[in-house]
Amino acid sequence: MAEVHDGAAGSEVEKHETAAPAPATAVVRADRIPNPGFPPERLRVTDLDPKKEKQAERTVSGLFLLSIVGSIIAVVAYIVLPIEEGNPGSVRLNNLFLGVGITLGLLGIGIGAVHWSKALMHGHELVEQRHPTRGSDESRTRAVEIFRESNKESGFTRRSLVRNTLIGALVATPIPAVALFRDLAPEEDPIALLKQTMWEEGTRLALDPSGVPIRASDVTIGSVFHVIPEGLAELESHRLEEKAKAAVLLMRLPPDELNIREGRETWSYDGIVAYSKICTHVGCPVALYEQQTHHLLCPCHQSQFDVANHCEVIFGPAARPLPQLPITVDDEGYLVARRDFEEPVGPSFWEREL
Amino acid sequence: MALSSTASSRRAGRRSPLVTTALLVAGLLATGGVYALVATSASADTRAASAQLVDEGGKLFAANCATCHGLAAQGTAAGPSLIGVGALAVDFQVGTGRMPLAASGPQADVKPVQFTQEQIDAMAAWVAELAPGPAIPADRYLAGDGDAANGAQLFRTNCAMCHNVAGAGGALTEGKWAPGLSNIDPVHVYAAMVTGPQNMPVFSDLNLSPEDKNDIITYLRYLDENPSVGGFDLGSLGPVSEGLFIWIFGLGALVAVTIWLTAKSN
Repeated sequence: MAEVHDGAAGSEVEKHETAAPAPATAVVRADRIPNPGFPPERLRVTDLDPKKEKQAERTVSGLFLLSIVGSIIAVVAYIVLPIEEGNPGSVRLNNLFLGVGITLGLLGIGIGAVHWSKALMHGHELVEQRHPTRGSDESRTRAVEIFRESNKESGFTRRSLVRNTLIGALVATPIPAVALFRDLAPEEDPIALLKQTMWEEGTRLALDPSGVPIRASDVTIGSVFHVIPEGLAELESHRLEEKAKAAVLLMRLPPDELNIREGRETWSYDGIVAYSKICTHVGCPVALYEQQTHHLLCPCHQSQFDVANHCEVIFGPAARPLPQLPITVDDEGYLVARRDFEEPVGPSFWEREL
Repeated sequence: MALSSTASSRRAGRRSPLVTTALLVAGLLATGGVYALVATSASADTRAASAQLVDEGGKLFAANCATCHGLAAQGTAAGPSLIGVGALAVDFQVGTGRMPLAASGPQADVKPVQFTQEQIDAMAAWVAELAPGPAIPADRYLAGDGDAANGAQLFRTNCAMCHNVAGAGGALTEGKWAPGLSNIDPVHVYAAMVTGPQNMPVFSDLNLSPEDKNDIITYLRYLDENPSVGGFDLGSLGPVSEGLFIWIFGLGALVAVTIWLTAKSN
């Protein structure tokens, strides 16, 4: 039911509100502000000037034409500028012109349609009332009857054994799903996995990504090596999971600039120290090492660790120092781990104790 | 009119095909020019350091560097010792304009080179005479004809955390930064890895072999010579520049369209 605005809309609303207030919800508002109705209609330039109307018409059809041109451009570009294998530049040109064509095709229709409705379609303002949602009394009575009849025919309330067993069956059906989904959890205890890495006594420190073991003599002062445990590169399964825990940064500092923490005298070798690369904040790889200041910066949230002072946090949101990997040298001069990290690497988790 | 301004702001986000072609031509010319320069300077580097060259270098050093590094390059409170840094460190620091230092600060900035290549070679020869140190590498390690895929993998493991995966550079702590690596002379890339200038760590030949370094140079050259496949790369700076762009221009366009949709026609 649509009605052209002529001052009657206000009285229409009023009639609806006073006609049949629902029980206990009627509120009499004595100071109700009268419906002001619509402001007087303002004519657009296209209503007043036939020239402007013609111009708007041309603009709209021009936009639709532009859309057609865009669609054609997209097809032509797809054929004329194909993606050639091994030529990244061709991907770029192809995507660019395909995108420009399709954009013009869609935007032309959209902008044209909106401009058409705004400038040329009639500009009157309307009120459209909602349909009443309450059903007729007849259909309401019939609905109640249907419920009564079906209850009588099925005996849903009378045959209580049937009803109760049905409810029991409905409750029981989701139980197999619970049993099945429970088994989606990892077989191993996930907490134990978080607490240990691939490093163990005698594991050689190897270069990432080649897996070549590193000799202590290779590590010159000021060097930084990105390290994985030897054997990780050859792992058949869970290689990335293991790498995400075991990645280590190996640095050599001038021995007089390195402050060794009490109890960790045997953890480094001649100024060579190894620290977990996994940030203790949320686990980003911390590898922005500054050779002169011995600071390590995490690129995600700017936590800074001081390598010269057992990687204590000097800035940022990380709460704990990076875990140190105890290292030594084997008979052949290769760097090896003394044992696994003393504490879990990476960010905190609920069950973490250290 | 709102309509035309919306349409033009949409188009401004895309680059015209002419610009792409022009950029491509400019990039190719620049790379060719740099390559020509490299080819000539590298051949100049290979000549033996004669006594006269060392003498010349000593004079240049005394006049330009000794204030901070000491007359015998032993180092002072203002500058480190240069004994054992090698010819390669001199070629990098002076050849990129980082030395002589314009002002003390968190990091030496790149500025126009202050010496000719002959003068730099002379100073490098003099410093190399003091004590053995890294020398200018053979041309075959600077050719940039290695395995770009291996170079990219090594770059991602060893370099990308500071220099950005596309070599666009990035910020470090307390005012320091890792410089961008586009269109850098291969000898300077090589020298930076070997000598570890300023806060950059050292990547010795035992960590990254000379072939590996050539692969990294090849990868950087690949980045210089190939356009970004995804279109306008906004400096390859990652989520900051891309986020700013989409928040300002993407959301801006959406707001403009919404205002236009609901505005009454005049």
